[in-house]
Amino acid sequence: MSSLKVRVNGIESEKDVEPRLLLVHFIRDVLGLTGTHVGCDTTNCGACTILLDGKSVKSCTMFAVQAEGREITTIEGMQSAGGELHPIQKAFWENHGLQCGYCTPGMVMQAAWLLSENPDPTEQEIRLGISGNLCRCTGYQNIVKSIQEAAKTMRTEGKVQR
Amino acid sequence: MKEHQGDVKILAGGMSLIPLMKLRLASPGYVVDINRVKGLEYVEESDDGKTLLIGSLTRHHALESSALAKRRVPLLSEAAGSIGDSQVRNLGTIGGALAHSDPSGDWGATILALRGEVTVLGSEGERSIPIDEFLVDTFTTALGEGELITRVSVPIPPDSGSGGAYLKLERKAGDFATAGVAVQIALEKADGDRCTYAGIGLTALGPKNLRASRAEASLVGKRLTKEAISEAASAAGEECAPTDDPLRGSAKYKREMAGLFTRRALELAATRARKQGGRAAS
Repeated sequence: MSSLKVRVNGIESEKDVEPRLLLVHFIRDVLGLTGTHVGCDTTNCGACTILLDGKSVKSCTMFAVQAEGREITTIEGMQSAGGELHPIQKAFWENHGLQCGYCTPGMVMQAAWLLSENPDPTEQEIRLGISGNLCRCTGYQNIVKSIQEAAKTMRTEGKVQR
Repeated sequence: MKEHQGDVKILAGGMSLIPLMKLRLASPGYVVDINRVKGLEYVEESDDGKTLLIGSLTRHHALESSALAKRRVPLLSEAAGSIGDSQVRNLGTIGGALAHSDPSGDWGATILALRGEVTVLGSEGERSIPIDEFLVDTFTTALGEGELITRVSVPIPPDSGSGGAYLKLERKAGDFATAGVAVQIALEKADGDRCTYAGIGLTALGPKNLRASRAEASLVGKRLTKEAISEAASAAGEECAPTDDPLRGSAKYKREMAGLFTRRALELAATRARKQGGRAAS
């Protein structure tokens, strides 16, 4: 076992983990944050997307021990301290950006990275930006619409959140 | 690494190694994570301004968005942006990708087109290996036991009259290439666009990333006319060595695509080379 110290959604945790443990399983099974999903387990679907030091990564393709000393944000960390939804979450809700919801946490985290890099993306840039996130329900139409609306809200609120 | 010879894998971005370990295609007893090694993530110009130096741990995304790479060797940024998806580009590294020597990898073809070299470090010291010698075969490189890539260097193309392009055919977004072509050319404008340099690297068209040497040779010294481009494209289609695969098509189809994409990449690179400054990436 290795000792792992990592900050997740602003909270420091220290756990003993097997070096072979994948980050997504650490997040779900050790920390109990089951909002991060395992979709394909093959680096394709993006359901396990989280932010690592502000950058989106697929947590099924990283060992938990690699996150030592780093900062992780999962979908549970997106809402405000007062429990208010993040503008991206709100936009998904209001634009029906999800049906079954399985891909949604990954989509929201990827959108957060995309908008932090490019606050005013074109539709094409959004589609390219989420090409590593698969949705099997919506045909992406409303997901793109949600991200467009979130971008607009975040620009006017001047809110750049990672 | 010496102690556990043959049972150690280096973990860089992990975008190939971890999937391979999950599939049990790789089961190393020891994995050495080099992500905390300082000083391996950089993109900079050499002091004489002739070479672009890239640290082996530089992420694809860093090259995709590097202002210096875009200005000096835009082909690098274009190729970087075509790799996998955004999350993969945030972790994956140029050194890791080259060390993996996947024939479907995009970096091998790109560094071939630029005639770059790979610097490696081992207990015996440092050595630099031209990319043609570095890529030995499928998943096989010239890296010795215990050696590690530290840097990738590419000559910076001339300020005007040069252009590059990386084009690939994908079945779907983010898939490995069915066929890909990296092209870098330089033209002598004063001499009616005579081609002074041609580098053509191929992706997924052989047992490793291949250099289309005959296509290159057919261009150098010639004016880059439609006919010259067509001739080079057919040469590339003939000299590549694709295999039939049930997912991405027959060898015959891939040869056709090699020719077509070589032609398109050359046309695009020529357009860029003819533009003022010749460096625009898009």
